Amino acid sequence: MQSRAFQKIHTKVDKITKATITLKATDVGNEEMAWVDERLAQVVKINGNEVTLQIFVGTEGISTDAQVVFLGKPPTLKVSDDLAGRFFNAYGRPIDGGPEVEGEEREIGGPSVNPVRRKQPNQLIATGIAGIDLNNTLVTGQKIPFFADSDQPYNEVMAKVALKAKADKIILGGMGLSNDDYLYFKALFENAGALDKIISFINTTENPPVERLLVPDLALTAAEYFAVDKNEKVLVLLTDMTLYADALAIVSNKMDQIPSKDSMPGSLYSDLAKVYEKAVQFPAGGSITIIAVTTLSGGDITHAIPDNTGYITEGQLFLRTDTDIGKVIIDPFRSLSRLKQQVIGKKTREDHGPVMNAAVRLYADAAEAKTKRDNGFDLSEYDVRTINFARQYSESLLAIDVDLDIDAMLDVTWRLLESHFSLDEVGIKKAVSDKYWQGGE
Amino acid sequence: MTTGKVTGVTANLITVEVDGPVSQNEIAYILMGEERLMSEVIRVTGNTASVQCFESTRGVRSGLPVEFAGGMLEVELGPGLLSKNYDGLQNDLDKKEGLFLKRGEYTSPLDEEIQYEFTPLAASGDTVIAGHWLGEVKENWVNHKIMAPFTLKGEWKLESIADKNHYTIRDTIAVITDADGERRELTMTQRWPVKVPIKVYREKPRPFRLMYTGYRIMDTFNPLAEGGTGFIPGPFGSGKTVVQHTVSKNASADIIIIAACGERANEVVEIFAEFPELEDPRTGRKLFERTTIICNTSNMPVAAREASVYTAMTIGEYYRQMGLSVLLLADSTSRWAQALREMSNRLEELPGPDAFPMDLSAIIANFYSRAGVVYLNNGETGAVTFLGTVSPAGGNLKEPVTESTKKAAQCFYALSQKRADSKRYPAIDPQESYSKYLESPEIRSFLTERSGENWVADVLSLKNRMLRGKEAQDQISILGDDGVPVDYHVDFWKSEVIDAALIQQDAFDPIDRFASVDRQEYGLKVVKEICDRDFSFGSFEEVAPYFKKLINSLKQMNFCEFDSGQFKEFESELQTTLNEGEVA
Ligand SMILES: Nc1ncnc2c1ncn2[C@@H]1O[C@H](COP(=O)(O)OP(=O)(O)OP(=O)(O)O)[C@@H](O)[C@H]1O
Ligand SMILES: [Mg+2]
Repeated sequence: MQSRAFQKIHTKVDKITKATITLKATDVGNEEMAWVDERLAQVVKINGNEVTLQIFVGTEGISTDAQVVFLGKPPTLKVSDDLAGRFFNAYGRPIDGGPEVEGEEREIGGPSVNPVRRKQPNQLIATGIAGIDLNNTLVTGQKIPFFADSDQPYNEVMAKVALKAKADKIILGGMGLSNDDYLYFKALFENAGALDKIISFINTTENPPVERLLVPDLALTAAEYFAVDKNEKVLVLLTDMTLYADALAIVSNKMDQIPSKDSMPGSLYSDLAKVYEKAVQFPAGGSITIIAVTTLSGGDITHAIPDNTGYITEGQLFLRTDTDIGKVIIDPFRSLSRLKQQVIGKKTREDHGPVMNAAVRLYADAAEAKTKRDNGFDLSEYDVRTINFARQYSESLLAIDVDLDIDAMLDVTWRLLESHFSLDEVGIKKAVSDKYWQGGE
Repeated sequence: MTTGKVTGVTANLITVEVDGPVSQNEIAYILMGEERLMSEVIRVTGNTASVQCFESTRGVRSGLPVEFAGGMLEVELGPGLLSKNYDGLQNDLDKKEGLFLKRGEYTSPLDEEIQYEFTPLAASGDTVIAGHWLGEVKENWVNHKIMAPFTLKGEWKLESIADKNHYTIRDTIAVITDADGERRELTMTQRWPVKVPIKVYREKPRPFRLMYTGYRIMDTFNPLAEGGTGFIPGPFGSGKTVVQHTVSKNASADIIIIAACGERANEVVEIFAEFPELEDPRTGRKLFERTTIICNTSNMPVAAREASVYTAMTIGEYYRQMGLSVLLLADSTSRWAQALREMSNRLEELPGPDAFPMDLSAIIANFYSRAGVVYLNNGETGAVTFLGTVSPAGGNLKEPVTESTKKAAQCFYALSQKRADSKRYPAIDPQESYSKYLESPEIRSFLTERSGENWVADVLSLKNRMLRGKEAQDQISILGDDGVPVDYHVDFWKSEVIDAALIQQDAFDPIDRFASVDRQEYGLKVVKEICDRDFSFGSFEEVAPYFKKLINSLKQMNFCEFDSGQFKEFESELQTTLNEGEVA
């Protein structure tokens, strides 16, 4: 984003707040970018000839005679195949020592896809993790976050899914990433020999929080280039969207907007939806799949950030440490993939739906039995069986270190059901159990 | 024409200095080079109008010219509305070019080239009032009535009417004159402002028939009336959309209007993909032939999202005027309320609870009151039934949108997280949910007529059993399995039978997802018989296995075609188990 030589330079700032400055200027458009001294800024409000700019790195040290130059355009990214393999900061500037990328300059945060031009997502993404493939099958063009407490290994699980997913491009949007995590992703992608299909836009904890606001739009503009212009399958990883939402809150509070629940802006739902709805399957074959991370505080999913996210995304993958087996599992209760019915039993074996539901139902019985036990009651014989089943189910299927193909997952589930339950207790449609049940009556 | 100049921009709120009269809710266009950005006046102070822009305001600057359109947001009504996919402002999405929605591109809602076969229903010399049926055309399989404009005041005389022949929507099909000799040429279309209810009818009686949905928990236990209102609140992922989609496929309505209001595009795409293939169980015609979709997904402009529910309602009212039964589904009305909140905050109005506008309750009540069954002026009956979803923040039903809606709607279908977690779908909570229609004398007499003398009493008795089962379960979990009499276990398991056989229904099973009225009557009878039986068990440990066997047979029956051979097999299996129970 270079300034144009003939651009008028303003040198009188009328008002300075923690995140914004206001000055008099004419012929300035909403959302236009500007330089304020050496800092990038964006127009957030126009009132007559008064223009308010949000300065991404903050206003510390800005003086009333700062030099303000308007760029005459909203934020943009230059797109071309040269993006592949590169690392950029939150403004789309290289941070890997390489040259600037040349290509077509596109506005970021552009318009939505016409819903009638979308295709119904129907291609399964196999990850090998049974907590995902068996119970919460993912589909290209889906948008889904991991819900995890900050001590869960969410970035590792996400990276594992990404590398397994057979995407043409993986675009990492890092927001408030710790330096360690940034280096972890970098090393992992390098070791996997996948670097040439990875593009990263990184804001670390060392960078100012408000900068993060540009990261998802940059990542998704690059994604749209590959998915639309090149018909590629693009996987976008956004971590951590909670920190993105926090940045939204900082800005809206500075702009004196009335906060709604949990001090979040009233527009949080629309703001997050604008990002997540970029996930799409195009009829020509290209797709954008978004896998995100939303960190929770103390597992609370009623907080405005996970709550609004859940209402937008097509399910969520909930990480939880199962103390019975001492491993991190994908919790079958709170996790959900809403697009799974597009592929379950259609792209996978016919017994997938019924056997998955039966196992989760029995796992729920186990949870009730455990409550009973914890309240000091005697367990019935059935209760004991469900608890035993639940432990094995957790160990051999739900744990995130499981790596199986989907048919194997189904077989493992049948064998578990047979070894703990009678057919009546499992309650599966007869047409299906006739074919797959190998146990007794 | 009043014009103006932009003087300020904050997100999608634009202030405009005007040079003439403007009215509240008037439509204005911001002229940005080639692009015309549609907006709506939401406040006027002196010569400054605040408008909410229906488009992205990126690049909008002070000084841009503005044109005021002179009228409120209107829709165009006429043949060709069915099978269409509109955005919230009634732009035909299929007519838009390119993969991405282009700002300022407005497309015409109807098709000007199609020749419709028009059959006159009125004759010259007839007296005509607003809404009078002048003729009809075939729209898919629907007899689409061509009506005198709803805006017509007083009595007019039909001077001439077109012969039975083919016409486009722009051709004149009738000429009318009033007492003062004013003459008007009418076409097959008319325009109507979406925020104003169409009230061209004689009377709005209390609902007196049911709108069958195919869901037992609704039709049997908490029936929705034709012309009635209901809503489905529930946390994310609990099944609101699945319930609505299933209802849209199975409901006993002539016309279905689906308003996807601030929700996911992929969910609408699912309808686009399925409806041209799926059959309407009543007519055997393809579902999309009776359906109109208003699609303003979450990433489309917020102000247009607010308009979308009104656009949908107006189209619904239009078909009601033809004597049809319309079912309007809106997912989710919370997104509409949030759109109101965003604007109200930007206008710096005094906020009400959770920063929603103070008049939220009134706005919601007003909207729900547009539903209803009506006797038209010609004596025919039409209805708009409204079923909305609510997405309560944090899944907590004590929040303004849920509470306001509860006051406005007659049926309450509360989705429970717990039921969804244990995959007891549809996760409609049998204890919390209610239908006020079950108490209405008109509906009771309808039910008696349709399903027999004892129907309502039987339904209530099973509802009561569900409550007893819940109490028994609570006692068991407090006192332990052997700390309560065996009867408690029996009560609990009887409620499990009701739950499994009548309440749960798999929306993705080709058979189970739809229960015909006959099937529901049969189901209630069988389950009631089981519940009324006395069982004697030696110990509590015998209870669960026995009832699980019953439940298994009942579930298998639910998966079989009603009254089929296989169905009968499981029925006799059930009978055998019951007979064994007698001996025990
Ligand atoms: N009746 C049902 N039968 C089987 N599965 C169901 C049923 N209802 C819901 N589900 C499951 O639950 C998932 C979520 O349902 P749905 O999308 O309707 O939730 P929602 O309440 O609309 O959520 P949101 O508020 O986020 O839109 C579905 O994708 C499906 O897997
Ligand atoms: Mg939904």
